[in-house]
Amino acid sequence: MLSGVTVNVNGAPVAVPQGATVAVAMAIAGVPCRTSVNGEPRGPLCGMGICFECRVTINGIPHCRSCQTECAPEMKISTDE
Amino acid sequence: MAATAQSFDILVIGGGPAGMAAAVCAAECGARVGIVDDNPKLGGQIWRGESDHQGKSEAAQWAARLHRSRATKLCGIRVFHQPQAGILLAEGNDDLIELRYEKLILATGARERFLPFPGWTLPNVMGAGGLQAMVKSGLPIRGKRVVIAGTGPLLLAVAAYLRKHGAQIPMICEQASWGSLTAFALSLAGQPRKVLQALRLKRDLAGIPFIPKSWPVAAHGQGTLDKVTIALPGRTETIPCDYLACGFHLVPNIELPMLLGCQIRNGLVMVDELQRTSLPDIFCAGEPTGIGGLELALVQGQIAGLAAANQTSIPQGLFRQQKKARRFARGLDRTFQLRPELRTLPQPETIVCRCEDVPFSRLRQHTSWRAAKLQSRCGMGPCQGRICGPATQFLLQWNPDSVRPPVFPARVESLAAITDHSELVGSVVTGGQ
Repeated sequence: MLSGVTVNVNGAPVAVPQGATVAVAMAIAGVPCRTSVNGEPRGPLCGMGICFECRVTINGIPHCRSCQTECAPEMKISTDE
Repeated sequence: MAATAQSFDILVIGGGPAGMAAAVCAAECGARVGIVDDNPKLGGQIWRGESDHQGKSEAAQWAARLHRSRATKLCGIRVFHQPQAGILLAEGNDDLIELRYEKLILATGARERFLPFPGWTLPNVMGAGGLQAMVKSGLPIRGKRVVIAGTGPLLLAVAAYLRKHGAQIPMICEQASWGSLTAFALSLAGQPRKVLQALRLKRDLAGIPFIPKSWPVAAHGQGTLDKVTIALPGRTETIPCDYLACGFHLVPNIELPMLLGCQIRNGLVMVDELQRTSLPDIFCAGEPTGIGGLELALVQGQIAGLAAANQTSIPQGLFRQQKKARRFARGLDRTFQLRPELRTLPQPETIVCRCEDVPFSRLRQHTSWRAAKLQSRCGMGPCQGRICGPATQFLLQWNPDSVRPPVFPARVESLAAITDHSELVGSVVTGGQ
């Protein structure tokens, strides 16, 4: 890819294609978005902003649906661990 | 938090094909139009990633027309409450918006139906449309193995799309029977556009096993998916894969219409031939009136837009298309009915409510959605029952409950503004004394 964006997932830099969503950054980083009530790893299910399984903390704001958020340079993404 | 107010003659909720067509037609009649969508860009699901108005596709042409029409686009905005007729409260990522309208067009689309089975909560098990949306949003899929399962024409569209982008597809598992599918295919014979679509799909999917009367029984993996077990006629097979794209057709997004008080029948918003709902000045177009795909959405959107703008002479051609599209919708409904075997997929420990980790065993004992919700928290999570509701309706025959605000999760400060707002409106009505 000619141009891309670098975001930060749990402290580690992740390069993603231009226009990619945060959910894609999580997938590329190999990190599940959240942990369920019983401790299971979870990732995006519906891809359209309805299931909330993809939620992560972005720049300090919790419960952001990563599938609905485009990556921006230096964005700080963290999971609930 | 103070709300910023925007006023429109015609407000369209939903930026997919139906909403875009409605907004275009209304705006081209001279109305002041706003179009609202939760996603960062317009296009809804089927036109996701195609809202760029420079291309030649049908989506691009509508996007170009919308751009020229000067309708106001409000993306990343989620409607959550109606404080009174003519006003909707909505939330953006860091603001609160009061949307005032004379006429309202609801084009809220549909979502995939998910059915639970062992392992369905593993990362990389997604909806069919869900995985496609992720790939459209930049997910690398080249060289990945994707098993596609469930029901509905979406499976084929997704398979073709993923293959075009380099995915390997070992199998497409459709739970409908050859008989239903053949009958449906024959019913399309008189529609050249559909025949062409079908032939293109056949060419795009050449060499991929398409197996009717098959369905997933379990997904396996340590922390992430690595294989899926499929029940096929006469045998089961376990297939290693990177993703399972699994969805059981579509359910209409009727939550906002229900919140507003529109009459609903058999889970669909009731409309007349001008797309008017049971409420004055509220129209509904597209999937919430019946799952019917792109053509139905476009024709209903156009009719709704023209009708809302008080166009007295709507082209007869649109009504003819509307009739044909409705017939197609009825065919879809008949063909992709869920077979009873799918009710046996979840095991007692299979999670049904993903938000609150409620297993099937804790739900089976209840006779209603409400009782289960109160006893187990099923449906009390952020999805507000959008994922587990259709599943439990199929598995346990529970009827959906009434809808209450907020119709979408909203920030506390937005909800707190509701009280502020009614005081504000009261003072405007009485002259502010």
